[in-house]
Amino acid sequence: MKKLGVIVNPVAGMGGRVGLKGSDGDEIQKKARELGAKPESPLRAIEALKVIARLKDQVEIIAYPHEMGADEAREAGFDPRIVGSISSGATSPEDTVRAVHDMVAAGADMILFAGGDGTARNIYTALGSGSDIPVLGIPAGVKIHSAVYAVNPRSAGEVTALFLEGKAVNIREAEVMDIDEEAFREGRVSAQLYGYLNVPENKKYVQSVKSGTRSEQAEIQGMAAEIVANMKDDVIYVIGPGTTTRSIMQRLELPYTLLGVDVVLNKQILANDVNEQQLYDLVKGKKVHIVVTAIGGQGHIFGRGNQQISPRIIRAAGKENITVVASRDKLTSIMPRPLLVDTGDPELDRELSGYYRIVAGWQDILIYKAGLE
Amino acid sequence: MSRDRYSRFRKFHQAKWDEEIIFELSVPGERGVLVPKAEKEVAAAVGDGVSALAGLKRKKAPALPEISQMRLNRHYLRLSQETMGTDVNIDISQGTCTMKYSPKVQEHMAARHPGITEVHPLQDPETMQGILEIIYKTEQIMKEISGLDYFSFQPGGGAQAVYTNASIIRAYHQSRGDLKRDEIITTMFSHPCDAATPNTAGFKVITLMPDENGFPPIEAFKAALSERTAGIMITNPEDTGIYNPRIKEYVDAAHAVGALCSYDQANANAFLGIARAHEAGFDMCHFNMHKTFSAPHGCMGPATGAVGYREFLRPFMPVPRVEFDGSRYYLDYNCPQSIGKTRSFLGNFGVVLKSYMWIMQHGAEGLKEAAICSVLNNNYMMQKLKKVPGVVMYYDFGVGKNRLEQVRWSWEKLQQDTGFGTTDVNMRLSDFGIQHYWTSHHPWVVPEPFTLEPCESYSKDDLDEYCGVLAEISRECYEEPEVIKGAPHNGPTHRVKHMEIDDEELIAVTWRQYLKKKGLKK
Repeated sequence: MKKLGVIVNPVAGMGGRVGLKGSDGDEIQKKARELGAKPESPLRAIEALKVIARLKDQVEIIAYPHEMGADEAREAGFDPRIVGSISSGATSPEDTVRAVHDMVAAGADMILFAGGDGTARNIYTALGSGSDIPVLGIPAGVKIHSAVYAVNPRSAGEVTALFLEGKAVNIREAEVMDIDEEAFREGRVSAQLYGYLNVPENKKYVQSVKSGTRSEQAEIQGMAAEIVANMKDDVIYVIGPGTTTRSIMQRLELPYTLLGVDVVLNKQILANDVNEQQLYDLVKGKKVHIVVTAIGGQGHIFGRGNQQISPRIIRAAGKENITVVASRDKLTSIMPRPLLVDTGDPELDRELSGYYRIVAGWQDILIYKAGLE
Repeated sequence: MSRDRYSRFRKFHQAKWDEEIIFELSVPGERGVLVPKAEKEVAAAVGDGVSALAGLKRKKAPALPEISQMRLNRHYLRLSQETMGTDVNIDISQGTCTMKYSPKVQEHMAARHPGITEVHPLQDPETMQGILEIIYKTEQIMKEISGLDYFSFQPGGGAQAVYTNASIIRAYHQSRGDLKRDEIITTMFSHPCDAATPNTAGFKVITLMPDENGFPPIEAFKAALSERTAGIMITNPEDTGIYNPRIKEYVDAAHAVGALCSYDQANANAFLGIARAHEAGFDMCHFNMHKTFSAPHGCMGPATGAVGYREFLRPFMPVPRVEFDGSRYYLDYNCPQSIGKTRSFLGNFGVVLKSYMWIMQHGAEGLKEAAICSVLNNNYMMQKLKKVPGVVMYYDFGVGKNRLEQVRWSWEKLQQDTGFGTTDVNMRLSDFGIQHYWTSHHPWVVPEPFTLEPCESYSKDDLDEYCGVLAEISRECYEEPEVIKGAPHNGPTHRVKHMEIDDEELIAVTWRQYLKKKGLKK
C-alpha cells in the first residue's frame, strides 16, 4: 500500500488577506489573528485530499496530529495514521521539519503539503538536497515564489492521486525560494534560492496526438548545445543558477554550482560559486556575457536567487550580452505575463525591459518580453 | 417541420470486430486472384516475362499474406467500420485540417478513369498531354487566386511545401552572395511545420509568442529581425482563427531588412477569393490542396502543397516545370538555379486533379462563397459554444474578438470547476458518434485546448448536433462525473495507454517489427 505523508501548515496564508505580506513569526501570526485572519490552508488541504479520497482503500495517509493534517484527512474521508505530537494552536516551523523526518522514517512514498514558501523551505531543510522523495505543494501561502506547487488544490490532488496510482507523471526539479519577510515588509525584496525538490507533475497533455511527444529534457540539452556552440573565445561567461543553466556546465563537462554563479572563460572554469565582489573583480573591464534562466514560479531573470549578478555587473556586460535560456514549457507556464527583472536598481530595470531572444533548444529561439512586476 | 438537433443525441455504438492483422489471416495456398496467362502474341514477344529480368528476380518469394477475395473484402470492411472517418461522422473535430466534403465524383475520376490510372509518369510527355494540361490550367487558376506569378504542385504535403520554400529562400540569398542569413522567423500559432521544416533545412528558427490579442506584437517581430533574417514563414489566420490585421506591416518590416516573406496558407479556407498573398506583399506562399481545395487527406498522404512565387523567384523553383508552347504541353528541366526536385515525377497528380475539378465545379464566385460560409458556420458555432458551461474562448477581449474559420477553444473553466479537462471530454465524444477532436499543437499555449473548424460543408443541423453533444458532455462533467470517468463506453477500444504507444520498445509499425518485439521471430 502506498503511503502519503500529509503536512498542513495551519497558519500559512493568514498574513495575506490582512495585508501583512507573509505569515512567518509568532508576532505576525498574532497580529493576523487580531486583524481577523482565518486559517486558509486547512480548507485548501481538504479540497485536495477529497480528490485523493477515491483511492481511500489503496493509500495510507500518514499525518501529524490535529490541524497539521489529521483533522483535514479525516474531513476528506480518510482514517489517517497519526505520527508525532504538536501543541495544537501553537504550531511552529520546527513542527514541519519534525513532521518530514517522522514521515520519511514511517516510509512515506510522497509528501503533500499545504503552505507557502516558508513551509516549502522547512520541508527542503528537513529533506536535504540528496532526497528523492517527491513533494508537492498545495498553494496556500502568501508568498508563492517557489515552483513546487500545483496550480490549485484540486490539481494538487489529481497529480498526487496519479502519482500514487503509478500513472503518467513526470518528476521535475522545482525551485524552493523564499524571501526575507521583514525586508519585504520594509519594501525590499531579497529572495534566495534555497534548493530543489522533486515535484511530480502531470504531463498527459504532452501526448496530444498530432504533436507527438517531446521531452523537455531533450529540449534543454539542445539549448545547452546551442549556447556552447555559440560561445566566443576570450569572453567571460557568467552562468547563473538553476537546473536549466546547469545543463550548459554539464555540456562543457565543468564543475557547477546549482544554486550559485559560475564563471567560464574559453570553455574552462574560471571560478565556481562566486559572490558579487569576486564576480565584479573577474569581469571588470573585460568582455562579459551573462547567461541566466527564469527562476521561480514567477519567472525572474534578475533579482531572485541570482543577486550576485548585480546592477554593476549587468551594466559591465550590457543588455546585448545577456542570453536568457528557458524551455518552451517554462515560458508557456508564465504566459502571458512577462519575465521579470528586479535588480534593485529601477533605472537598470527599465533598461533591461523589452524583448529577449530566449534560447529554448538547438537552433530554437523564442522572442519573449521581460519587464517589471 | 421544426427540428431540434441540439438536444437530440444519437444512440451510437461503434462496431467492434477484434479483427486480426492481415498477416495472421494468411493460409498457405489460399489466393485472391488467378493471374491470367499472357496471350500467345505477348508470350512470343517477351517469353515468360520473368527470364528477361533474371538479375532482378528475388531469391525467395515475398512473404505476402495469402487470402481469398471474400475474406479480404470482409477484412477491410470490418476495419472501415472501426474507424470514424469523414463519411460517417460530423467531422468538425479536426480543426486546422479543413475537413470539408470531398465530392465522390472526384475520387471516381482520379481512381478509375483509364486516362489517369493507366498513365506511367515516365511516359513521353507527348502521350500525357491531358495530365499536363490539367496541371498547367490549375497553375493558371492558382495564380489568379493568390496573385503570385508561378506555381508548382510537386511537394507532397504542407510540410514539404514549407521545406521547398525554405530551400528557395536559401537559394535566393546564396545567388546574391548573401551568405550570413541563417534565421527564419515564425509565430507560435503558425503551423509547427513553419518552424520544424526550416530547421530541418538548416535554419535557426525564431518563434514569436502571442500577446493578449492572440498574435505577436509588431515590436516583438521587429526585435527578432536583423541582417541575419533570411525569411519569415507565417500562417494567417493562425490556428486560433485570428487574422493578424497588421500582417502587411510585418511583411514590410521584413522586406526592409532584406528578408523574404513566405505565406503559409494552410488556413486559406478563411479568405479564399477575398484576400491574396500578392496584396499582403508576400514573395511566396503555399496552399494545402488536400484542405482548402477538397482533395481528401489520405492518412498522411497523398497530399499536395501547392507552392507559389513571384517572378523573381522563378529561377529557383523545383523542376520540371510544366510549360505550354501554344500547341503542346512540355516539361522544362532547363532551370540551372533550381533547387531541384522535392518529390519524384510531378508530385501527387491525383490531388491536383481533384482540386482542379473542385475549383471548376465552384467557379470564382463559388470559391468566395465557400470561404464566406466557412466563416459564417464558425461564427454561428462560436455563439452557441460560448454559452456552454466550462468553455472559455481565449483572446476574446482583444483585437481577436472576431474569428474567421476556426477557434482554438479551452476547457480551462471546466477543469477548474470539475477536474475534467480536454482529454476527458475527448474520451466521451466518440460515444456520440463523433470523432475525437484535435486539441492543439504542443506546448498548449491555450490551456485544455480543443480546436474546431466547421468548414462550409456542414449544415445547420450538423452544427447544432455537434454543439449539443459538447453541451451534453459539459453537463455530464458537472452532474454525472462517473459517466465521464469511464468513457468511452461505446467504442471498439477503451482508453489507449499513451505511455505504451510512446514507448519505442513496444511500438511496432510493421508486421516484422511486431514479431521481433513480441519475441516471435528472431
